[in-house]
Amino acid sequence: MIAASPHLVRLDGVEKHFGAVRALGGVDLTVERGECLGLVGHNGAGKSTLMHILTGTAVADRGQLMFAGETQVSYSPAQAKRLGVRCVFQELSLCPNLTVAENARVFHPALSGFNWRRKAAALIIDKLDAIFPGHGIGASDLIQDLPIGRRQMVEVARAFTATDEPVRLVILDEPTSSLDAHTAGQLLGFMRRVVEGGVSCIFISHLLGEVLDNCDRIVVMRDGKTVADGGARTFDRDRLVSAMGGVDARTREARAVKAPARGQSPLRVRARSGRGAGAAELVAHQGEVIGLAGLAGHGQTALLLSVFSGARRARAGIEVTASMALIAGDRQADGIFPLWSIAENIGVRSLATLSRGLLISRRREDALADFWRDKIRIRTPDIHDNILSLSGGNQQKALFARALGSDARIVLMDDPMRGVDVGTKLEVYDLIREEAASGRTFLWYTTETDELKQCDHVYVFRNGAIVADLSRDELTEQKVIQSSFTEAG
Amino acid sequence: MSGSAAAAKPASRAIGRLNLPRLLRALLPALSLALVLSAIAWLNPRAISYFGFTLMLNLAIPIALATLAQMFVIAGNDLDLSIGAFVGFVGCVTATWLREAPLVGIGVLLGCVGVYAALGALIYLRNLPSIVVTLGMSFVWQGLAILLLPKPGGKAPDWLLATMGVKPPLVPFPILAALAIAALGYVGLMRTSYGAILRGSGGNAVAIGRAGWSLLSAKMALFACTGLFGVLSGLALIGITTSADANIGNGYTLLSIAGVILGGGEFVGGRVSPIGAVIGALTLALAASPLLTFMHIPPDWQVAANGAILIVVLAARVLISRREAER
Repeated sequence: MIAASPHLVRLDGVEKHFGAVRALGGVDLTVERGECLGLVGHNGAGKSTLMHILTGTAVADRGQLMFAGETQVSYSPAQAKRLGVRCVFQELSLCPNLTVAENARVFHPALSGFNWRRKAAALIIDKLDAIFPGHGIGASDLIQDLPIGRRQMVEVARAFTATDEPVRLVILDEPTSSLDAHTAGQLLGFMRRVVEGGVSCIFISHLLGEVLDNCDRIVVMRDGKTVADGGARTFDRDRLVSAMGGVDARTREARAVKAPARGQSPLRVRARSGRGAGAAELVAHQGEVIGLAGLAGHGQTALLLSVFSGARRARAGIEVTASMALIAGDRQADGIFPLWSIAENIGVRSLATLSRGLLISRRREDALADFWRDKIRIRTPDIHDNILSLSGGNQQKALFARALGSDARIVLMDDPMRGVDVGTKLEVYDLIREEAASGRTFLWYTTETDELKQCDHVYVFRNGAIVADLSRDELTEQKVIQSSFTEAG
Repeated sequence: MSGSAAAAKPASRAIGRLNLPRLLRALLPALSLALVLSAIAWLNPRAISYFGFTLMLNLAIPIALATLAQMFVIAGNDLDLSIGAFVGFVGCVTATWLREAPLVGIGVLLGCVGVYAALGALIYLRNLPSIVVTLGMSFVWQGLAILLLPKPGGKAPDWLLATMGVKPPLVPFPILAALAIAALGYVGLMRTSYGAILRGSGGNAVAIGRAGWSLLSAKMALFACTGLFGVLSGLALIGITTSADANIGNGYTLLSIAGVILGGGEFVGGRVSPIGAVIGALTLALAASPLLTFMHIPPDWQVAANGAILIVVLAARVLISRREAER
């Protein structure tokens, strides 16, 4: 009877409002069995809300949800789980104080009894081995001790583990955003194998190439509605971008501005990575955009942090000649102040210039926030709203505003574009070029080749040391990958 | 698959390194206990004997039990400011009703555990700050204790006196008791499958809720465990002192919190260690009076000296984790 229905999931006219804001305005969506559905759209287009409705963590105001041909009346996270719906959320849903095995146990009530630790460990490690061969994660590692990329791997693997409940639909919400190219490739390969095996996947990503290459069908969302729906073959990059209603697709390679020769402008940062005497140096001059490349977790963030602390007190091997601001990579943990308003979040780096005497001038703080809201289009009705009322990408814009609105002459960026949509990215690239032209220096750790192409100079990291030093003309994706993997020959 | 081999190499090295701070974090409470013990041995070698340990550590048993009680609420990101008054109340019940009318006494003590579970439910359902609720409860417990026993007095039941006065061969009773308490807490919270859920509710409550677990039950379970260990602490205390006083447990609130933190726990994030908490309680109990007496520090200064020890150990912990983070 269940097999009679062609669709695994069918949504009809689903609406969802948060106060006055309409997050979903009548969405129709179907997912077939054994299909990989790509879902793309701007930040705030309603993708995450839609997924929360599918997993039962949010309840639709109107419309109906059918699963395997049966209309779901009182749909809850527990019911979703029973039906085999799994989700890898954008905000990690692991307990940082528990081990990898214990986090698997949290997910599976069936893992109990005398031997549960061994069973849980075997379950999660087998799945990690299947998805990410050579992952280097142990079942007894605490999540808090793992870097963000590995945490994401555990999160992904856990979603695919099965005990007494089957896995029928896996929702992957930006699963590759914290992974480097290599592990992202492993995940996408595994996703294809699972889909061949009859499991359905919904794949949400801002990396349009990933969506085009790995999905069977693509749905485009915009302003809380689906605006395009078709086989992946019928789309290309430009069509997707224009359907999303964002910035027109344009070639970013052609940039008339030619950066001046290195060494003409004053030195801003000189830092040595690693401890060895022969370790290569990172050098940044005024007005340069410097890229830090390589696989995730190979010392790029560590270097940024030591440069950042080097600005405050003298550290061996680090030389900094101007004020500095850092845009954190782990937005939720290190970036936003979750209890503060958007305006307060933007102004916190500039309190010295915003204050009158001992007090903060609300007028100046608002003026600063208003200026940046208009300049980089932070989508909010009121800058005094809580920062969490913004979607992920807009929170990130507020963090950019915090750094760029300050007096910092050097801006450190720790892979800040994770989970940010294409339109926003293009806007931020332009902003960075503009700020660099006016004399700001950027140190930019990124895992995406597109972003490295925005840089004047790129350093490739491996095992905490700089192993390659590429100028913009020399930079190709192949060279970066080659340097990242030199050990393997 | 040459690429994956290259990716695996730095990974395994990184993991090997990451376990070191974890080991140090776990060993630090034991190191501080060893330090206090060796100081005592150096000042007064005769204290390191069967009789000396029995004498020095006797009062550490109720403190260790109260510390474990505190640890359960801290695992759920709460604090219990009423544990001292509660231990005092339990002591008064033990020295009166439990001796004169055992059934009433047992009923009241079990009821106390139920009250604790209800407090957990109240705190979760109404989203109240636990410090406010438990501070209020501390006055309730204290008041009840004074109503029950206006003047110091009462007498411990004989079976309790006999239990606390056991003299096992070779190993002093307080040490055996501490081992048993630590093992009980460790197995219960760290090894059972539901213990993982309880700790997870302190680490990331949203994730536990999304996985389909009841956060209400988890909170109630944690508070019930606190109540249970609070009762055990009161029983042990009266078994040693033989009679009760409404104010007998008042110092335990801060001692228990300090013991949990000294033992490697943290106020938020569900990071607690039962073994560490027991060791922390022992360290505090030893540092509180035997060590300071041997050092000829007048009793007036003992509380300050206790505080100083706490600050030194916590500073060492911060230094260790910072150095590991920089490496």
